[in-house]
Amino acid sequence: MSAVAPDTHLPATGGARVPPPAPRSKPPGTLVVVAALLRKELLVELRTLESVPGMSLFAVSTFVVFHFALNRSSVDGDLAAGVLWVTLLFAAMLGVNRLFVADAEQGGFDGFLLAPVDRSAMLAAKVLALLAYLIVLELVAVPAFGLLLLGPSLGQALPGLLAVLVLADIGIAVIGTLIAALAVRTRARDLLGPLLALPLLVPVVIGGARASSPLLSIVHPGGLQLRWLGTLGLYDLVFGLIAYAVFDFLLED
Amino acid sequence: MPIGRGLRTLSISTVAAMGVALGLVFFYAPIEAEEGFLQKIFYLHVPLAIVSLCGFVLGGLMAIAHLRTRDQRWDLRSYVTIHMSLILGVVVLLTGAIWARGSWGHWWVWSEPTLVSFLIVMLLYATYQPLRFAIEDPERQARYASVFAITAGAFVPMNFLAVRLSSSYLHPRVLGSSSNLPPPMALTFGVSLGAMALLFATLCSYELAAKRTRILLKSSSRILGYR
Repeated sequence: MSAVAPDTHLPATGGARVPPPAPRSKPPGTLVVVAALLRKELLVELRTLESVPGMSLFAVSTFVVFHFALNRSSVDGDLAAGVLWVTLLFAAMLGVNRLFVADAEQGGFDGFLLAPVDRSAMLAAKVLALLAYLIVLELVAVPAFGLLLLGPSLGQALPGLLAVLVLADIGIAVIGTLIAALAVRTRARDLLGPLLALPLLVPVVIGGARASSPLLSIVHPGGLQLRWLGTLGLYDLVFGLIAYAVFDFLLED
Repeated sequence: MPIGRGLRTLSISTVAAMGVALGLVFFYAPIEAEEGFLQKIFYLHVPLAIVSLCGFVLGGLMAIAHLRTRDQRWDLRSYVTIHMSLILGVVVLLTGAIWARGSWGHWWVWSEPTLVSFLIVMLLYATYQPLRFAIEDPERQARYASVFAITAGAFVPMNFLAVRLSSSYLHPRVLGSSSNLPPPMALTFGVSLGAMALLFATLCSYELAAKRTRILLKSSSRILGYR
């Protein structure tokens, strides 16, 4: 990916009638590419509304299902943390499954590969897009959870819960993007995506549920335990680096 | 290099090592005071688990070699290693369940973090073959499988860390730390571990030889015009 210098000589193949190439600036920096791709992702989502409304609706429906399945009108502590994280994880799977479908079916990959840009930009843009979906999902799902099922008030748990949610979302977004790219060009991708992602995300569930359980407890309310935040942070770091290292190999044809 | 060279030596030394290991397990290692004869399963379960986990990580390292060199043979090695680790992993889960039933009275215990981590790792690797064979193009199949093998290989230690942190209380156990074993038990354990590693290497070599032979046969029958 070298910049074409503006004053490069044209090859002498009767070049008089060939119009001179348009003066080219150097190829755009990675940040510009990421911003453009992210803008495209969010624009497509805004126009089609394919992922986020479905994810949010799924989360609210799951809370209703949990109400009847557990036969409880309010939950707290371990149970509350479990219900919240199972719901968020499965709702996230819906977004993960759809993340690359348009690129695979409508030539988005080909278009991206033709552009002289860093391929990691696509990873970054997709992770940020999925992160945005997850944040919107949680803006709906967490208040709905507080309203429908949670026993203690959401207000006092919220600051700690926000920290846990942010760290867990980064992990889900990174692994979700990697798995979505891995599964999208296989047969039975809808099946393989969740099958691959759920075991990989078990450490996120452990960290998220254990960290939020004392925050949502009535009997033994407690603060934020740093070791779970540390686990989540380490997970994000390790798999962020791995995704960065291997993602290019998924985009080679 | 001719296919299958050294298989005979490897097989004979594996049989010998397994024989020595079993002899030590049944005739040399003392009967453990609390668990009695049942504890002997330790010499099968733990070495198999260690070999199988090392196999998963090794498969990831071979996948790195494949992506760096683009040599399809590394992908074949990675595939065979992971395949064999999966098979040994099933045995690990079965022996773990038998051990848990014998010493704690339940076929499955959630309070044993190593066993739980192993189950999660197995659930992840169980998707390796469905993923691989859901891709038709052989070159892309190898590439995607390598990406999976690297991610999953890094997941193995991460997962063990998270599950161990999550289990606040532990059963009393002999498992894992071989440093506090009495010397006869430690020796038996070491020999068993070596024998299982040899068994793993032998099984991998056989499968690798079989796969290479099949590839060779296919390409030569194509050259000769057979279908």
